[in-house]
Amino acid sequence: MSTSDKNNKLYLTLFSVLVLAFICNLAFGNVMIPFSDVCKILATQSHEKSTWLYIVLDYRLPKALVAILTGVGLSISGLIMQTLFRNPLAGPYVLGLSSGASLGVAIVIMGSFLLPSFIADFLVNDYGILFGAFFGSLLVLILVFFVASKLKDTMSILIVGLMFSSLTSAIINVLTTFSSAEKLQKFTFWTLGSLGNLNKNQVALLTIVVLVGLLISFTIIKPLDGLLLGENYARSLGISIKKTRNISILATSILAGTITAFVGPIAFVGLAIPHMSKLIFQTSNHKILFMATLFLGAITMLVCDLISQMPGQSFTIPINAVTSILGAPVVIWLIIRKKGIR
Amino acid sequence: MITKAILKTENLNIGYTSKKSKIDIASNINLELEAGKLITLIGGNGIGKSTLLKTITSIIPALSGEVYLSDNKIATYTPESLAQYLSIVTTEKLPASNLTVSELIALGRHPYTNWIGNLTENDLNHIQNAINITNINHLQFKKYSEISDGQLQKVMIARALAQDTPLIILDEPTTHLDLFHKVAVFKLLKKLANENNKCILFSTHDIDLAIQLSDEMIVMTEEFCIQDQPCNLIEKGVFDSLFKDENIVFDKQYGKFIVK
Repeated sequence: MSTSDKNNKLYLTLFSVLVLAFICNLAFGNVMIPFSDVCKILATQSHEKSTWLYIVLDYRLPKALVAILTGVGLSISGLIMQTLFRNPLAGPYVLGLSSGASLGVAIVIMGSFLLPSFIADFLVNDYGILFGAFFGSLLVLILVFFVASKLKDTMSILIVGLMFSSLTSAIINVLTTFSSAEKLQKFTFWTLGSLGNLNKNQVALLTIVVLVGLLISFTIIKPLDGLLLGENYARSLGISIKKTRNISILATSILAGTITAFVGPIAFVGLAIPHMSKLIFQTSNHKILFMATLFLGAITMLVCDLISQMPGQSFTIPINAVTSILGAPVVIWLIIRKKGIR
Repeated sequence: MITKAILKTENLNIGYTSKKSKIDIASNINLELEAGKLITLIGGNGIGKSTLLKTITSIIPALSGEVYLSDNKIATYTPESLAQYLSIVTTEKLPASNLTVSELIALGRHPYTNWIGNLTENDLNHIQNAINITNINHLQFKKYSEISDGQLQKVMIARALAQDTPLIILDEPTTHLDLFHKVAVFKLLKKLANENNKCILFSTHDIDLAIQLSDEMIVMTEEFCIQDQPCNLIEKGVFDSLFKDENIVFDKQYGKFIVK
C-alpha cells in the first residue's frame, strides 16, 4: 500500500538525519573535528591526535549516547501519556515525576539539616543527587499508584499529578528560603540539566534502564491503539483499562524517573516530540508513532545538545534552556494550529 | 437451561450503587434476545434505557438478578472472551485522533489479533466485508474526523461488524440524524439482523420507525418492562402508557403517536 511506502521513505529519511545529527554532535563543539576524522576515530578507535581521540571517545560519545537515550525515553513516555490521558498537552511529567525528583534533589542539596547526620554524610557525594532524584520520583510514583488504584477516572490522575507538582515546588520554595547561596546555586545547576556529567558505568546503567522501559512500553502498543476510541470502546474490545493504565505509569516512571535522576529535568521534549511524529506521519497508529518518536526524540536531543555546545565558542549553554527555547514555540505553534493536535 | 436466546436476563434489577446509597432504576426485567432479530428498546428520557444497556453489556454491575450470555452467566466471561460475543456502539464522542475510517474499523479486530495487533488475511477479509455490507467503500481512506455524523454512525456499525460478534448492542444510533439517515441506519441494522443472522439490540426515540421495522420491541416505563412483537404491543395498548401526557396519544390504526 502507498502509505507504507511513504512511511518507509520517512523512516529512511529520519534514519539518515539521525546518523548525520550523531556525527555532527561528535564533530562540533568547542574544538571542531572534521567529519572524516570522527568517522576514523569511531571505526578504528585510534587517531594520531590523542586529544581528538580523547574528546570524541571519552567525552562526546557518551554524551551523544545519553542525549539519544534521553530523547527516546522522554518522547516515548510523552506519547504514552498523551494517549492514556486523551490529552494533547500531557507529557512524561504530568504524573509529577520531575517535581518528585526535584524535591529529592532539593532535600539532598539544601535540606540536609533535616536529615539524620549519618544519612546527610552519606549523601554528600556525586551519587547523593542521583539517590535524591530517584527516590523523589519513586515516592511520587508510589503516591500516584496509590491514588490511581482508588480512582476509576483516568482524567483525575492527571489532576492529582498536577497537585503533586504544585505541592513539591512549594516545599522546594520553602527550602530555598533557608539555604545558602552556594547550595542554591548547586540546586539551580541541577535543574538546568546536563548530559555530559555521567561516567561510563552510569551511561551503561542508564542504557539498560531505558531499554527495559522501552520494552515495557512496546507491550502496550495494542491497547493504546484501542484507547483511541475512548475507555468504554476499549473495554468492549477486551482491553483491561486498569492493566494498561498501570503498565503505562510504570513504563513512564522507569523512563522519565531515571532520566531525570541522571540528567536533570529536561523540559518540552516529552510533550513536543510525539506531536511532531503525529504531524509528520499523519497517523494515530501507535506502531508507526513509536518508531517515529524513537527517531525524532533521538534527533531532537542530539540537535539540542549540539546547540548547547555552541560550536566554535568556548562556553556552553544549559541543555534545559535549549529544549525550552526550541520547545516552547513549537508547542505554542501546535496549539494555534490546533488541527495538528490529535 | 437451554434456550436459543443469545442473551437472557432473569429478574434483573438495574441501578447504581454508591458507598452510601443504592439507586434503583428499574426492576424485574426479563428479556430474551435471539439471533436473526432486530430488537429496539424504547422508553422516555431518564427511564433507564442506557442503564439497562450498560448492565447487559457488563459495563456496570446489576443490583440483583442475572444476565446470561449463551447460557453462561455474563460475569464468568473474561473481557477478551466477552469481546468475541458482544460488540457495542455508544453515543460517546470519540477522542480526537488521526485515525482513518479503515483503521478505526480495523480496531474491531482487536480481540483476535496478536500482542502487537498485526492484521492477518482473515482479519483483513472481515474488515473489507464490514466495509462492503455498510456500503462505505468511498470513505475508507478518509479521517473519521472529516466525515458527517450519519457517515460516522455507519462506520461505527462497521467497526462492530468487524468485531464479528453474534450480538451487537447500540445506544441511540439514530440520534442527531435526519430522517433519510435514520431510515438508512434502521434498514442497515435490519439487514444485518435478518440476512447476517446477528442479534441486534438498540435503544431509540424514533418509535414510528421502530414499530415499522423491528422484529421485537422492548418497552420500558416506570411500572414495567415488556418485550414483544410490535403488533402485539399495539394490540395490548402498551404504547398508550408510554408517555404520561394526555396530549400525546397513540393512534392504533396508523401505528404512530399524534399530538392532540
